[in-house]
Amino acid sequence: MSRLNRDQLVALAKSQIIEWSPQELKQHLDAGEKLTVVDIRERDEFVQGHLPSSTFIPRGHLELQIEQHQQDREAPVVIYCAGGVRSALAARNLQEMGYENVISLIGGFNGWKNAGYDFKIPTVLTEDQRIRYSRHTILSELGEAGQIKLLESKVLLIGAGGLGSPAAIYLAAAGVGTLGIVDFDTVDVSNLQRQILHGNKDVGRPKVESARDRIHDMNPDVKVIGHMEPITSANALDIIKDYDIVLNGSDNFPTRYLVNDACQFLGKPLVDASIFMFEGQVTVYDPNDANSPCYRCLYPDPPPPGEVPSCAEGGVLGVLPGIVGSLQAVEAIKMLAGIGEPLIGRLLMIDTLDMSFRTLKVRKNPECPVCGEHPTVTELIDYEQFCGLPSSVAHPNGQTTERELVLA
Amino acid sequence: MATLFVPTPLRRLTGGASKVEVQGDNIGALLQALDQQYPGVNERLLDGDGNVKRFINIFVNDDEIGSLQGLNTPVSDSDKVSIVPAMAGGAIV
Ligand SMILES: [Zn+2]
Repeated sequence: MSRLNRDQLVALAKSQIIEWSPQELKQHLDAGEKLTVVDIRERDEFVQGHLPSSTFIPRGHLELQIEQHQQDREAPVVIYCAGGVRSALAARNLQEMGYENVISLIGGFNGWKNAGYDFKIPTVLTEDQRIRYSRHTILSELGEAGQIKLLESKVLLIGAGGLGSPAAIYLAAAGVGTLGIVDFDTVDVSNLQRQILHGNKDVGRPKVESARDRIHDMNPDVKVIGHMEPITSANALDIIKDYDIVLNGSDNFPTRYLVNDACQFLGKPLVDASIFMFEGQVTVYDPNDANSPCYRCLYPDPPPPGEVPSCAEGGVLGVLPGIVGSLQAVEAIKMLAGIGEPLIGRLLMIDTLDMSFRTLKVRKNPECPVCGEHPTVTELIDYEQFCGLPSSVAHPNGQTTERELVLA
Repeated sequence: MATLFVPTPLRRLTGGASKVEVQGDNIGALLQALDQQYPGVNERLLDGDGNVKRFINIFVNDDEIGSLQGLNTPVSDSDKVSIVPAMAGGAIV
Protein backbone atom coordinates (compact mmCIF):
# COMPACT_ATOMS: atom_id res chain seq x y z
CA MET A 1 0.00 0.00 0.00
CA SER A 2 1.35 3.36 -0.95
CA ARG A 3 1.85 5.95 1.73
CA LEU A 4 -0.12 9.13 1.13
CA ASN A 5 0.02 12.32 3.08
CA ARG A 6 -3.08 14.39 3.73
CA ASP A 7 -2.83 16.48 0.56
CA GLN A 8 -2.13 13.49 -1.62
CA LEU A 9 -5.14 11.63 -0.23
CA VAL A 10 -7.40 14.60 -0.87
CA ALA A 11 -6.04 15.01 -4.37
CA LEU A 12 -6.63 11.31 -5.05
CA ALA A 13 -10.16 11.51 -3.72
CA LYS A 14 -10.95 14.53 -5.84
CA SER A 15 -9.68 12.76 -8.93
CA GLN A 16 -12.13 9.92 -8.35
CA ILE A 17 -15.31 11.88 -7.67
CA ILE A 18 -17.48 14.53 -9.22
CA GLU A 19 -17.23 18.04 -7.81
CA TRP A 20 -19.67 20.87 -8.34
CA SER A 21 -19.16 24.53 -7.68
CA PRO A 22 -21.85 26.34 -5.67
CA GLN A 23 -23.00 27.89 -8.96
CA GLU A 24 -23.43 24.46 -10.55
CA LEU A 25 -25.34 23.13 -7.57
CA LYS A 26 -27.55 26.20 -7.56
CA GLN A 27 -28.36 25.67 -11.27
CA HIS A 28 -29.30 22.04 -10.69
CA LEU A 29 -31.48 22.95 -7.71
CA ASP A 30 -33.13 25.83 -9.56
CA ALA A 31 -33.91 23.47 -12.43
CA GLY A 32 -35.97 21.49 -9.94
CA GLU A 33 -33.80 18.39 -10.08
CA LYS A 34 -34.35 15.85 -7.35
CA LEU A 35 -31.11 15.90 -5.44
CA THR A 36 -30.35 14.40 -2.07
CA VAL A 37 -28.25 17.06 -0.39
CA VAL A 38 -26.45 15.90 2.72
CA ASP A 39 -24.66 18.09 5.24
CA ILE A 40 -21.93 15.95 6.77
CA ARG A 41 -20.51 18.53 9.19
CA GLU A 42 -20.70 18.30 12.93
CA ARG A 43 -23.82 19.34 14.75
CA ASP A 44 -22.41 22.63 16.05
CA GLU A 45 -21.53 23.61 12.48
CA PHE A 46 -24.90 22.58 11.08
CA VAL A 47 -26.85 24.64 13.58
CA GLN A 48 -25.00 27.79 12.53
CA GLY A 49 -26.62 27.50 9.12
CA HIS A 50 -27.06 25.00 6.32
CA LEU A 51 -28.31 24.65 2.74
CA PRO A 52 -32.09 25.00 2.65
CA SER A 53 -33.01 21.51 1.50
CA SER A 54 -30.22 19.57 3.15
CA THR A 55 -30.33 16.56 5.41
CA PHE A 56 -28.02 16.48 8.39
CA ILE A 57 -25.90 13.31 8.70
CA PRO A 58 -22.62 13.93 10.48
CA ARG A 59 -19.60 12.37 8.77
CA GLY A 60 -19.27 9.65 11.38
CA HIS A 61 -22.79 8.39 10.65
CA LEU A 62 -22.83 8.90 6.89
CA GLU A 63 -22.46 5.32 5.67
CA LEU A 64 -24.68 4.03 8.44
CA GLN A 65 -27.57 6.39 7.76
CA ILE A 66 -27.44 7.37 4.10
CA GLU A 67 -29.74 4.54 3.04
CA GLN A 68 -32.51 5.93 5.26
CA HIS A 69 -32.48 9.02 3.06
CA GLN A 70 -31.56 7.65 -0.35
CA GLN A 71 -31.52 3.98 -1.26
CA ASP A 72 -31.33 4.40 -5.02
CA ARG A 73 -27.67 3.98 -5.94
CA GLU A 74 -28.18 5.82 -9.23
CA ALA A 75 -29.81 8.89 -7.71
CA PRO A 76 -27.58 11.92 -7.36
CA VAL A 77 -26.32 12.56 -3.84
CA VAL A 78 -24.66 15.89 -3.11
CA ILE A 79 -22.59 16.03 0.03
CA TYR A 80 -20.98 19.05 1.54
CA CYS A 81 -18.89 20.01 4.51
CA ALA A 82 -17.46 23.38 5.52
CA GLY A 83 -14.80 23.74 2.81
CA GLY A 84 -15.04 20.78 0.46
CA VAL A 85 -12.28 18.54 1.87
CA ARG A 86 -14.18 16.25 4.24
CA SER A 87 -16.94 15.87 1.65
CA ALA A 88 -14.43 14.81 -1.02
CA LEU A 89 -13.13 12.07 1.24
CA ALA A 90 -16.65 11.07 2.28
CA ALA A 91 -17.79 10.88 -1.34
CA ARG A 92 -15.39 8.02 -1.94
CA ASN A 93 -16.95 6.06 0.91
CA LEU A 94 -20.40 6.42 -0.65
CA GLN A 95 -18.98 5.25 -3.95
CA GLU A 96 -17.77 2.13 -2.16
CA MET A 97 -21.39 1.53 -1.18
CA GLY A 98 -22.32 1.66 -4.85
CA TYR A 99 -23.62 5.21 -5.11
CA GLU A 100 -22.79 6.15 -8.67
CA ASN A 101 -23.58 9.84 -8.65
CA VAL A 102 -21.94 11.27 -5.57
CA ILE A 103 -21.08 14.93 -5.89
CA SER A 104 -18.94 16.91 -3.49
CA LEU A 105 -19.58 20.64 -3.20
CA ILE A 106 -16.47 22.68 -3.96
CA GLY A 107 -15.84 25.13 -1.14
CA GLY A 108 -18.54 23.49 0.98
CA PHE A 109 -21.00 25.53 2.99
CA ASN A 110 -18.63 28.49 3.14
CA GLY A 111 -18.39 28.57 -0.64
CA TRP A 112 -22.17 28.44 -0.89
CA LYS A 113 -22.61 31.20 1.64
CA ASN A 114 -19.90 33.39 0.07
CA ALA A 115 -21.61 33.01 -3.30
CA GLY A 116 -24.51 34.85 -1.67
CA TYR A 117 -26.98 31.98 -1.87
CA ASP A 118 -29.74 31.38 0.66
CA PHE A 119 -29.10 29.28 3.72
CA LYS A 120 -31.20 28.30 6.68
CA ILE A 121 -30.46 28.63 10.36
CA PRO A 122 -32.34 25.75 11.93
CA THR A 123 -34.27 25.71 15.17
CA VAL A 124 -32.55 23.03 17.19
CA LEU A 125 -32.86 21.59 20.62
CA THR A 126 -30.48 22.85 23.24
CA GLU A 127 -28.12 20.39 24.89
CA ASP A 128 -30.47 20.15 27.90
CA GLN A 129 -33.49 19.62 25.68
CA ARG A 130 -31.77 16.89 23.72
CA ILE A 131 -31.35 14.96 26.93
CA ARG A 132 -34.78 15.80 28.34
CA TYR A 133 -36.64 14.74 25.20
CA SER A 134 -34.34 11.92 24.10
CA ARG A 135 -37.09 9.28 24.53
CA HIS A 136 -39.20 11.33 22.14
CA THR A 137 -36.58 12.18 19.57
CA ILE A 138 -35.53 8.53 19.29
CA LEU A 139 -39.06 7.74 18.06
CA SER A 140 -38.75 8.00 14.30
CA GLU A 141 -42.33 9.34 14.08
CA LEU A 142 -41.38 12.33 16.19
CA GLY A 143 -37.64 12.86 15.92
CA GLU A 144 -36.04 16.19 16.67
CA ALA A 145 -38.30 17.94 14.16
CA GLY A 146 -41.42 16.64 15.92
CA GLN A 147 -40.11 17.73 19.30
CA ILE A 148 -39.40 21.20 17.96
CA LYS A 149 -42.98 21.35 16.67
CA LEU A 150 -44.23 20.51 20.16
CA LEU A 151 -42.02 23.17 21.70
CA GLU A 152 -43.39 25.71 19.27
CA SER A 153 -47.03 24.69 19.90
CA LYS A 154 -49.68 26.33 22.01
CA VAL A 155 -52.43 24.32 23.66
CA LEU A 156 -55.36 25.76 25.58
CA LEU A 157 -56.89 23.79 28.43
CA ILE A 158 -60.44 24.64 29.41
CA GLY A 159 -60.30 23.85 33.12
CA ALA A 160 -57.45 22.84 35.41
CA GLY A 161 -59.57 20.22 37.14
CA GLY A 162 -59.86 16.46 36.80
CA LEU A 163 -59.27 16.29 33.05
CA GLY A 164 -57.08 19.36 32.71
CA SER A 165 -54.66 18.17 35.41
CA PRO A 166 -53.28 15.01 33.78
CA ALA A 167 -53.53 16.60 30.34
CA ALA A 168 -51.50 19.62 31.46
CA ILE A 169 -48.94 17.49 33.26
CA TYR A 170 -48.30 15.22 30.29
CA LEU A 171 -48.34 18.03 27.75
CA ALA A 172 -45.88 19.96 29.90
CA ALA A 173 -43.64 16.94 30.39
CA ALA A 174 -43.78 16.30 26.64
CA GLY A 175 -42.50 19.79 25.98
CA VAL A 176 -45.54 21.52 24.50
CA GLY A 177 -44.10 25.02 24.65
CA THR A 178 -47.12 27.06 25.68
CA LEU A 179 -50.01 25.93 27.83
CA GLY A 180 -52.95 28.25 28.36
CA ILE A 181 -55.25 27.42 31.26
CA VAL A 182 -58.75 28.84 31.63
CA ASP A 183 -59.92 28.46 35.20
CA PHE A 184 -61.23 30.92 37.74
CA ASP A 185 -61.63 28.40 40.54
CA THR A 186 -59.52 27.99 43.66
CA VAL A 187 -58.20 24.69 44.99
CA ASP A 188 -60.49 22.88 47.41
CA VAL A 189 -59.58 19.83 49.46
CA SER A 190 -62.26 17.81 47.67
CA ASN A 191 -60.41 18.42 44.38
CA LEU A 192 -57.27 16.59 45.45
CA GLN A 193 -58.80 13.13 45.00
CA ARG A 194 -58.30 13.56 41.24
CA GLN A 195 -56.85 16.98 40.33
CA ILE A 196 -53.18 16.05 40.37
CA LEU A 197 -51.96 19.48 39.34
CA HIS A 198 -52.68 20.70 42.86
CA GLY A 199 -51.52 19.68 46.30
CA ASN A 200 -52.37 20.20 49.94
CA LYS A 201 -50.27 23.32 50.12
CA ASP A 202 -52.34 24.84 47.29
CA VAL A 203 -55.73 24.69 49.00
CA GLY A 204 -57.32 28.10 48.70
CA ARG A 205 -54.98 29.23 45.91
CA PRO A 206 -56.20 29.97 42.39
CA LYS A 207 -55.87 26.82 40.29
CA VAL A 208 -54.05 28.63 37.51
CA GLU A 209 -51.34 29.59 40.00
CA SER A 210 -50.80 26.16 41.50
CA ALA A 211 -50.92 24.73 37.96
CA ARG A 212 -48.20 27.15 36.88
CA ASP A 213 -45.96 26.18 39.81
CA ARG A 214 -46.41 22.47 39.23
CA ILE A 215 -45.77 22.78 35.50
CA HIS A 216 -42.65 24.92 35.94
CA ASP A 217 -41.34 22.48 38.49
CA MET A 218 -41.75 19.68 35.95
CA ASN A 219 -40.51 21.48 32.89
CA PRO A 220 -39.11 25.01 32.83
CA ASP A 221 -39.36 25.02 29.00
CA VAL A 222 -43.11 25.46 29.23
CA LYS A 223 -44.71 28.87 29.30
CA VAL A 224 -47.99 28.92 31.22
CA ILE A 225 -50.62 31.51 30.44
CA GLY A 226 -53.33 31.73 33.06
CA HIS A 227 -56.77 32.97 32.07
CA MET A 228 -58.35 33.43 35.48
CA GLU A 229 -61.84 34.26 34.34
CA PRO A 230 -64.94 32.39 33.26
CA ILE A 231 -64.91 31.74 29.52
CA THR A 232 -67.89 33.54 28.02
CA SER A 233 -69.24 34.61 24.66
CA ALA A 234 -67.55 37.95 25.29
CA ASN A 235 -64.00 36.63 25.67
CA ALA A 236 -63.93 33.12 24.14
CA LEU A 237 -62.76 34.08 20.65
CA ASP A 238 -60.10 36.36 22.07
CA ILE A 239 -58.77 33.69 24.40
CA ILE A 240 -58.83 30.81 21.92
CA LYS A 241 -57.52 32.56 18.82
CA ASP A 242 -53.83 32.40 19.77
CA TYR A 243 -53.75 28.64 20.39
CA ASP A 244 -53.23 25.72 18.03
CA ILE A 245 -55.48 23.20 19.78
CA VAL A 246 -58.06 23.33 22.57
CA LEU A 247 -58.65 20.61 25.18
CA ASN A 248 -62.06 20.73 26.79
CA GLY A 249 -62.44 19.63 30.38
CA SER A 250 -65.36 21.78 31.43
CA ASP A 251 -68.12 20.54 33.65
CA ASN A 252 -71.16 22.22 32.15
CA PHE A 253 -73.13 22.29 28.94
CA PRO A 254 -73.10 26.06 28.24
CA THR A 255 -69.28 26.01 28.21
CA ARG A 256 -69.21 22.90 26.02
CA TYR A 257 -71.42 24.51 23.36
CA LEU A 258 -69.55 27.81 23.68
CA VAL A 259 -66.11 26.24 23.25
CA ASN A 260 -67.34 24.07 20.38
CA ASP A 261 -68.79 27.02 18.49
CA ALA A 262 -65.76 29.24 19.13
CA CYS A 263 -63.39 26.50 17.91
CA GLN A 264 -65.53 25.99 14.82
CA PHE A 265 -65.52 29.72 14.02
CA LEU A 266 -61.76 29.99 14.55
CA GLY A 267 -60.85 26.71 12.83
CA LYS A 268 -59.21 25.24 15.93
CA PRO A 269 -59.21 21.48 16.58
CA LEU A 270 -61.00 20.60 19.82
CA VAL A 271 -60.14 17.53 21.86
CA ASP A 272 -63.33 16.99 23.77
CA ALA A 273 -63.81 14.72 26.76
CA SER A 274 -66.21 14.24 29.59
CA ILE A 275 -66.44 11.94 32.58
CA PHE A 276 -69.11 10.72 34.93
CA MET A 277 -68.75 8.26 37.80
CA PHE A 278 -66.80 5.40 36.15
CA GLU A 279 -67.38 6.31 32.52
CA GLY A 280 -65.66 8.60 30.06
CA GLN A 281 -66.03 9.85 26.48
CA VAL A 282 -63.32 11.26 24.23
CA THR A 283 -63.43 12.53 20.67
CA VAL A 284 -61.83 15.14 18.42
CA TYR A 285 -63.66 17.80 16.42
CA ASP A 286 -61.48 19.30 13.71
CA PRO A 287 -63.03 22.13 11.70
CA ASN A 288 -60.15 21.81 9.21
CA ASP A 289 -61.33 18.32 8.28
CA ALA A 290 -64.37 18.54 6.00
CA ASN A 291 -65.73 15.25 7.31
CA SER A 292 -65.30 15.97 10.98
CA PRO A 293 -68.43 16.41 13.06
CA CYS A 294 -68.66 18.98 15.83
CA TYR A 295 -70.20 18.78 19.30
CA ARG A 296 -73.51 20.05 17.94
CA CYS A 297 -73.58 17.31 15.28
CA LEU A 298 -73.61 14.77 18.11
CA TYR A 299 -75.76 16.67 20.53
CA PRO A 300 -77.88 19.22 18.63
CA ASP A 301 -79.64 20.35 21.81
CA PRO A 302 -78.48 20.37 25.41
CA PRO A 303 -80.32 18.32 27.99
CA PRO A 304 -82.77 20.30 30.09
CA PRO A 305 -81.13 21.55 33.30
CA GLY A 306 -80.98 18.83 35.91
CA GLU A 307 -81.71 15.96 33.53
CA VAL A 308 -78.08 14.86 33.26
CA PRO A 309 -76.43 14.68 36.67
CA SER A 310 -73.07 16.33 37.32
CA CYS A 311 -69.98 14.81 38.90
CA ALA A 312 -70.75 16.78 42.05
CA GLU A 313 -73.99 14.83 42.30
CA GLY A 314 -73.00 11.47 40.91
CA GLY A 315 -69.36 11.37 41.91
CA VAL A 316 -66.37 10.36 39.83
CA LEU A 317 -63.65 7.77 40.31
CA GLY A 318 -60.47 9.78 40.87
CA VAL A 319 -58.37 7.79 38.40
CA LEU A 320 -60.92 8.09 35.59
CA PRO A 321 -59.99 11.66 34.58
CA GLY A 322 -56.37 10.50 34.76
CA ILE A 323 -57.06 8.07 31.92
CA VAL A 324 -59.33 10.33 29.93
CA GLY A 325 -57.24 13.50 30.31
CA SER A 326 -54.11 11.56 29.33
CA LEU A 327 -55.90 10.39 26.19
CA GLN A 328 -56.70 14.02 25.40
CA ALA A 329 -53.00 14.80 25.73
CA VAL A 330 -52.15 11.95 23.35
CA GLU A 331 -54.58 13.27 20.76
CA ALA A 332 -53.20 16.80 21.07
CA ILE A 333 -49.61 15.64 20.66
CA LYS A 334 -50.51 13.50 17.64
CA MET A 335 -52.17 16.40 15.90
CA LEU A 336 -49.43 18.88 16.77
CA ALA A 337 -46.75 16.54 15.47
CA GLY A 338 -48.88 15.40 12.53
CA ILE A 339 -48.60 11.71 13.31
CA GLY A 340 -51.07 8.85 13.53
CA GLU A 341 -54.81 9.06 13.08
CA PRO A 342 -56.65 11.53 15.25
CA LEU A 343 -59.87 10.50 16.99
CA ILE A 344 -61.94 12.43 14.45
CA GLY A 345 -65.36 10.99 13.63
CA ARG A 346 -64.91 8.42 16.37
CA LEU A 347 -66.23 8.58 19.90
CA LEU A 348 -64.21 6.56 22.38
CA MET A 349 -66.36 5.25 25.23
CA ILE A 350 -64.53 4.06 28.30
CA ASP A 351 -66.18 2.15 31.12
CA THR A 352 -63.69 1.49 33.88
CA LEU A 353 -66.06 -0.82 35.78
CA ASP A 354 -65.97 -3.54 33.16
CA MET A 355 -62.84 -1.97 31.63
CA SER A 356 -64.25 -1.75 28.15
CA PHE A 357 -63.03 0.65 25.49
CA ARG A 358 -65.44 0.99 22.58
CA THR A 359 -65.11 3.22 19.53
CA LEU A 360 -68.33 4.41 17.94
CA LYS A 361 -68.60 6.17 14.58
CA VAL A 362 -69.90 9.71 14.72
CA ARG A 363 -70.83 11.63 11.62
CA LYS A 364 -71.03 15.21 10.54
CA ASN A 365 -74.65 16.33 10.42
CA PRO A 366 -75.26 18.21 7.14
CA GLU A 367 -78.01 20.11 8.96
CA CYS A 368 -75.73 21.13 11.83
CA PRO A 369 -76.46 24.78 12.70
CA VAL A 370 -72.73 25.50 13.04
CA CYS A 371 -70.72 23.20 10.75
CA GLY A 372 -73.48 22.06 8.38
CA GLU A 373 -74.19 23.07 4.82
CA HIS A 374 -76.41 26.01 5.75
CA PRO A 375 -75.23 27.28 9.11
CA THR A 376 -77.72 29.31 11.11
CA VAL A 377 -75.46 30.01 14.06
CA THR A 378 -72.62 32.18 12.78
CA GLU A 379 -71.58 34.00 15.92
CA LEU A 380 -71.39 33.19 19.60
CA ILE A 381 -74.76 33.25 21.34
CA ASP A 382 -76.03 33.32 24.92
CA TYR A 383 -75.20 29.76 25.93
CA GLU A 384 -76.79 29.93 29.36
CA GLN A 385 -80.06 30.74 27.71
CA PHE A 386 -79.49 28.10 25.02
CA CYS A 387 -79.08 25.54 27.79
CA GLY A 388 -82.20 26.71 29.58
CA LEU A 389 -80.33 28.41 32.41
CA PRO A 390 -80.90 31.92 33.68
CA SER A 391 -78.74 34.20 31.57
CA SER A 392 -75.71 35.47 33.40
CA VAL A 393 -75.22 38.42 31.10
CA ALA A 394 -76.92 40.83 33.48
CA HIS A 395 -75.00 39.49 36.47
CA PRO A 396 -71.28 39.51 35.86
CA ASN A 397 -70.68 37.76 39.16
CA GLY A 398 -73.76 35.62 39.04
CA GLN A 399 -72.33 32.79 37.03
CA THR A 400 -70.90 30.66 39.81
CA THR A 401 -73.98 31.01 41.91
CA GLU A 402 -76.21 29.89 39.09
CA ARG A 403 -73.95 27.00 38.21
CA GLU A 404 -74.02 25.87 41.78
CA LEU A 405 -77.77 25.98 41.80
CA VAL A 406 -77.79 23.78 38.73
CA LEU A 407 -75.40 21.35 40.33
CA ALA A 408 -77.22 21.24 43.63
CA MET B 1 -81.37 -11.05 22.32
CA ALA B 2 -79.30 -7.97 21.61
CA THR B 3 -76.91 -6.63 24.22
CA LEU B 4 -77.71 -3.10 25.31
CA PHE B 5 -75.02 -0.96 26.97
CA VAL B 6 -76.62 1.21 29.60
CA PRO B 7 -74.94 4.58 30.20
CA THR B 8 -74.07 5.42 33.80
CA PRO B 9 -76.83 8.03 34.31
CA LEU B 10 -79.49 5.43 33.44
CA ARG B 11 -78.13 2.63 35.57
CA ARG B 12 -80.16 3.65 38.57
CA LEU B 13 -83.16 2.56 36.49
CA THR B 14 -81.63 -0.78 35.54
CA GLY B 15 -80.71 -1.77 39.07
CA GLY B 16 -77.11 -0.83 38.40
CA ALA B 17 -76.73 -3.13 35.38
CA SER B 18 -74.34 -1.77 32.73
CA LYS B 19 -75.37 -4.35 30.14
CA VAL B 20 -78.81 -5.84 29.67
CA GLU B 21 -80.16 -8.38 27.20
CA VAL B 22 -83.24 -7.11 25.38
CA GLN B 23 -85.50 -8.62 22.74
CA GLY B 24 -86.76 -6.57 19.78
CA ASP B 25 -86.70 -6.67 15.99
CA ASN B 26 -85.75 -3.04 15.71
CA ILE B 27 -84.55 -0.25 17.98
CA GLY B 28 -88.08 1.06 18.63
CA ALA B 29 -89.32 -2.38 19.70
CA LEU B 30 -86.19 -2.95 21.71
CA LEU B 31 -86.71 0.29 23.63
CA GLN B 32 -90.34 -0.65 24.34
CA ALA B 33 -89.19 -3.99 25.72
CA LEU B 34 -86.53 -2.22 27.75
CA ASP B 35 -89.10 0.11 29.24
CA GLN B 36 -91.30 -2.83 30.24
CA GLN B 37 -88.34 -4.44 31.93
CA TYR B 38 -87.21 -1.18 33.55
CA PRO B 39 -90.13 1.26 33.72
CA GLY B 40 -89.19 4.89 33.22
CA VAL B 41 -86.27 4.36 30.85
CA ASN B 42 -88.08 5.54 27.75
CA GLU B 43 -89.10 8.75 29.42
CA ARG B 44 -85.40 9.49 29.72
CA LEU B 45 -84.62 8.54 26.12
CA LEU B 46 -87.57 9.66 24.02
CA ASP B 47 -89.29 13.01 23.69
CA GLY B 48 -93.06 13.61 23.69
CA ASP B 49 -93.27 12.69 19.99
CA GLY B 50 -91.50 9.40 20.53
CA ASN B 51 -88.23 10.56 18.94
CA VAL B 52 -84.81 10.03 20.49
CA LYS B 53 -83.93 13.11 22.52
CA ARG B 54 -81.45 15.40 20.82
CA PHE B 55 -78.75 15.05 23.47
CA ILE B 56 -78.80 11.26 23.23
CA ASN B 57 -77.33 9.05 20.53
CA ILE B 58 -78.19 5.41 20.02
CA PHE B 59 -75.75 3.16 18.20
CA VAL B 60 -76.18 -0.29 16.71
CA ASN B 61 -72.70 -1.72 16.91
CA ASP B 62 -70.50 1.16 15.70
CA ASP B 63 -73.13 3.13 13.84
CA GLU B 64 -75.49 5.83 15.04
CA ILE B 65 -79.09 4.98 14.18
CA GLY B 66 -79.56 8.40 12.55
CA SER B 67 -77.20 7.17 9.81
CA LEU B 68 -79.22 3.92 9.55
CA GLN B 69 -83.02 3.78 9.76
CA GLY B 70 -83.59 5.60 13.02
CA LEU B 71 -85.90 3.77 15.42
CA ASN B 72 -86.74 1.35 12.60
CA THR B 73 -83.14 0.17 12.40
CA PRO B 74 -83.28 -3.64 12.56
CA VAL B 75 -81.51 -5.38 15.41
CA SER B 76 -80.34 -8.96 15.50
CA ASP B 77 -79.30 -11.14 18.40
CA SER B 78 -75.58 -10.58 18.06
CA ASP B 79 -75.88 -6.78 17.87
CA LYS B 80 -74.56 -4.45 20.51
CA VAL B 81 -76.74 -1.42 21.15
CA SER B 82 -75.21 1.60 22.92
CA ILE B 83 -77.03 4.54 24.43
CA VAL B 84 -74.75 7.56 24.62
CA PRO B 85 -76.03 10.68 26.36
CA ALA B 86 -74.21 14.01 26.45
CA MET B 87 -72.12 14.20 29.59
CA ALA B 88 -70.60 17.39 30.92
CA GLY B 89 -68.40 16.14 33.73
CA GLY B 90 -65.08 17.86 34.19
CA ALA B 91 -63.94 21.07 35.81
CA ILE B 92 -66.09 23.95 36.91
CA VAL B 93 -65.25 26.65 34.40
ZN1 LIG C 1 -71.57 20.28 13.58
